[in-house]
Amino acid sequence: MSIRVESDMHRRRRSQNVGVAVCLVLFIGLVMVLSLVKITNSGPVEGYDHAPRPALADEVSQ
Amino acid sequence: MADVPYHNPDYDPVFGDYVALLKPRVMSLVVFTAFVGLMAAPVALHPVEAFCAILFIAIGAGASGSLNMWWDADIDAIMRRTKSRPIPSGRTTPDAALGLGVALSGLSVLMLGLAANWHAAAWLAFTIFFYAVVYTMWLKRATPQNIVIGGAAGAFPPLIGWVAATGSVSIEAVLMFALIFMWTPPHFWALALFMRSDYDDAKVPMLTVTHGRPSTRRHILVYAVLQAALAISLAFTSVGGLIYFSVALVCNVIVLKDAVRIWRRDEVNSEADDFKVERAFFKFSLFYLFVHFLAILAEALLVPYGFGGWS
Repeated sequence: MSIRVESDMHRRRRSQNVGVAVCLVLFIGLVMVLSLVKITNSGPVEGYDHAPRPALADEVSQ
Repeated sequence: MADVPYHNPDYDPVFGDYVALLKPRVMSLVVFTAFVGLMAAPVALHPVEAFCAILFIAIGAGASGSLNMWWDADIDAIMRRTKSRPIPSGRTTPDAALGLGVALSGLSVLMLGLAANWHAAAWLAFTIFFYAVVYTMWLKRATPQNIVIGGAAGAFPPLIGWVAATGSVSIEAVLMFALIFMWTPPHFWALALFMRSDYDDAKVPMLTVTHGRPSTRRHILVYAVLQAALAISLAFTSVGGLIYFSVALVCNVIVLKDAVRIWRRDEVNSEADDFKVERAFFKFSLFYLFVHFLAILAEALLVPYGFGGWS
């Protein structure tokens, strides 16, 4: 009797695994695109960090 | 819910079995009505945000469908219309449906909040709770008004789409909700008139069983009148216009005519022609809802070209 490399069970489980993998990849891609859109649409982001920003300091003092 | 072992141990589910738990046909209606609600709103979302909003509203609807199949597996196994669903047919386990429903509920609400706003996310969470708990677990088997109250869950998507765009509820959103809310009962009561054995066998207290079939026919007429009033009034809000008004007028005349015919018929007439009028009413009501929302969409899309509205 020959050994069946792939049974119906393997085919079904592969269908599950591929389906879940595709959904996860699409979800990651969607979150990335959504994040880019949210960040680019929220206007210029500027704040204090370790570099001196005289322009911002002037704004605050006024 | 009954603890019945449905799963066939010799069967491994395929990915499509899990998709079937989300009721894809119901999801397609949700996608369409939520899309129309979002497009008709006076505030335009970025296309990516709009796509995400619609997607997560649809996933939320699918999640509540999965929870419904988990709870109702025992009656789904009895009714001819539902016995090929994944759980009663042994393709997935009730636990898988519960897990999928809970996980996707959380994911959809969270992602809608992040993609659009938390007001819309709160409406989606309420809709899932309303369908899965208030309708499925509580009212469906307890009252003949199950369809009336449960219909609210299916009516929320255009309102959520509108809130996702604008951040608030307005009269237009409420009227779109009310139109679907009023459309649902006569649609399912017409189905119950010609699919009588299904609901009787499953002991679901449909109006046809608890109040009798003549009473159901009267209810269909009353709801059709209320539905017509709501559909026409929507024409005079910011989402309506000449196109919508014309469509609503024609469709509601047809529905009212059929509703009057259903009301006048008795069981002898209906049995004689195999519920021809009831079947026609049911089929047309599917088209009715689709064409109303299509008209609202047309009004919204034509505004930039100088058409749409009453101008």
